[in-house]
Amino acid sequence: MKNQPDWQPTASRSALKSRAEQSAFVRGFFAQRDVLEVETPMLGRCGVTEPNLDGIHAQLDAQGIKGGWLQTSPEYHMKRLLAAGSGSIYQISKVFRNGERGSRHNPEFSMLEWYRTGFDDETLMTEVADLVCGWLECPRPKAISYRQAMIDWAGIDPFVITQSDLHQRCREWLEPEQLQNLSRDGCLDLLMSFAVEPNLGTETPVFINQYPASQASLAKISNVDGFDVAHRFELYIDGIELCNGYWELTNGDEQRTRFEADNRLRKADGKPQMDIDEAFLAAIEHGLPDCAGVALGLDRLLMLKIGTRDISDVLAFPLERA
Amino acid sequence: MASYSTNEFRGGLKVLLDGDPCIILENEIVKPGKGQAFNRVRLRNLMSNRVWERTFKSGESLEAADVIEQDMEYLYTDGEFWHFMLTDGSFEQYAADAKAVGDTIKWLKEQDVYTVTLYNGAPLTITPPNFVELEVVETDPGMKGDTAQGGSKPATLSTGAVVSVPLFITIGEVLKVDTRSGEYMNRVKN
Repeated sequence: MKNQPDWQPTASRSALKSRAEQSAFVRGFFAQRDVLEVETPMLGRCGVTEPNLDGIHAQLDAQGIKGGWLQTSPEYHMKRLLAAGSGSIYQISKVFRNGERGSRHNPEFSMLEWYRTGFDDETLMTEVADLVCGWLECPRPKAISYRQAMIDWAGIDPFVITQSDLHQRCREWLEPEQLQNLSRDGCLDLLMSFAVEPNLGTETPVFINQYPASQASLAKISNVDGFDVAHRFELYIDGIELCNGYWELTNGDEQRTRFEADNRLRKADGKPQMDIDEAFLAAIEHGLPDCAGVALGLDRLLMLKIGTRDISDVLAFPLERA
Repeated sequence: MASYSTNEFRGGLKVLLDGDPCIILENEIVKPGKGQAFNRVRLRNLMSNRVWERTFKSGESLEAADVIEQDMEYLYTDGEFWHFMLTDGSFEQYAADAKAVGDTIKWLKEQDVYTVTLYNGAPLTITPPNFVELEVVETDPGMKGDTAQGGSKPATLSTGAVVSVPLFITIGEVLKVDTRSGEYMNRVKN
C-alpha cells in the first residue's frame, strides 16, 4: 500500500473555534484598554544574538538585500515603534524558533507580545493576570521569587551555591562529561526545567520573578537583599511556561554590551555569531520610553483553555504536516 | 557510521548508547524561555529490552547503530540455531541464537514470515507477525452444548504454545492467535 501523506489537521474543529474565540478575547481586552494593535515584519534583516534562541535563516534576495531571518519574536521591531512614539502596543504574530519541536513546542508558533509605557514589571504582572485569568477563568497567580522556587523545589540557593555543588545536584540528570562544559546558567536552567517547573502552578497559577542578573536578557536589574536580580517574570500554569516579561532596559550602551556578551557565549558554544541589529540599537539610543513588555505563547494558552498537554491538538498543521 | 544530533532525534531512530544499540521511543524538548534547551529521551535498549530515560543537552549527538529490520521466512532449527531466509528473492540465510529468538520461539512456524532485526549484520531479535495461524495438537475433548456458554480450557498448539480457547475447540483445528497478547481470536477454516 502506498503511504499517503497525512493531510488532515491535528486540531479538532472545536479547538479551531476556541482559537478564534481566544483571538477575539485578546483583541477585545486590549481595545478596552486602549492599547494599539500593530503588525511588524516576521521576516527581518537581522536575527537575535540570544545564545539559546535560533532563528530560521531565510534566502531573501530583493533590492540588494540578501539572507534575512524569520523572527524569533517581534520585540526589536516593536521597540522601534515605541521609540518612535507609538505609545502602548500589542501584536499577535507568528514567530519562529529553529530546532524546537515537542509536546509544547513547534518551530512556528503564535505569540502575543505587548508593551505598556509607564508600566513596570509589577503593574504588567497584574495586567497579565487580568488577561490570562479572564480568559481561562482561573484563580489569580501568586508570585514566588526565582530564588525561593529553587530553594523549595530544587533544594539549592541559586545565588550562593558553588559550581561544584551545582554540578553535583545536576548529576541526577546528566553525566559528568555532559556537565563539563555546561555553564552555571545552563545548570540552573536544567534544574528549573526538571526539578522546579513540573511543580509550578499545579494548584494556582504562579509568577516566578526576580531572576538572577545573568538571566536578565533585556530587563532592568536591581539589587534585592544583596543580590543583583532582573526585573523579569514568567507565568506558569499546570507546569506550563506561558509568558516571559520584563521591565525593559532603556540604556543603549548596556544593551550593546549584553549583545556582545551573547555573541561571546555563542562563540564558546560553537554557534554562529549574529550580526547586532544596529537599527534596533539606534532606536534605543534615540530613546525607548520607560515601559514593560511581555511575550505570551498563545498556543500554550489555548492548550490550557481546552485542557490538552499536546500542542498538536491546538495547531491545524504542526511541523510534520505543515 | 553516521551520527545524529538531538535535532534529528525522533521515534524509531536507532542509536548507540553506552555501546548498546537502542531505539528511540520518544524525544521531548525541555527548554525554559530563553534558557538552555535539553532533550529528555526515552530509548529501548535492543540488547536488554529495558527502557532507558536519558537527558541530553541540545546539540549533543549519538552514533547511529547499524540496525535494520528485514522480513525473513523461518526455515528450520538445528537445535542450536534457528535459520531464517530473506524473502527478497536473494535466498540469503541468517542463523539466530536462542537469545535472539527469545519468547518468539512459541510462535515459530516453518515458512511463516517474521521480522528479523539485524545488528551489525547478525540477528538481534525476531518479532512475530501480530497474528499467527496454528494447529491444535492437544486439548480436552470438546463439550457439546457448551458453544454459547463461554468458559475456556487450555489448548497446546503445534509450536508448543498454550493458549486459552473456548470449550468447543477440538484437536486438529487451526486457530488464529494474537501474538502480542497470546489470546485466541477465532477458528480458521482449512
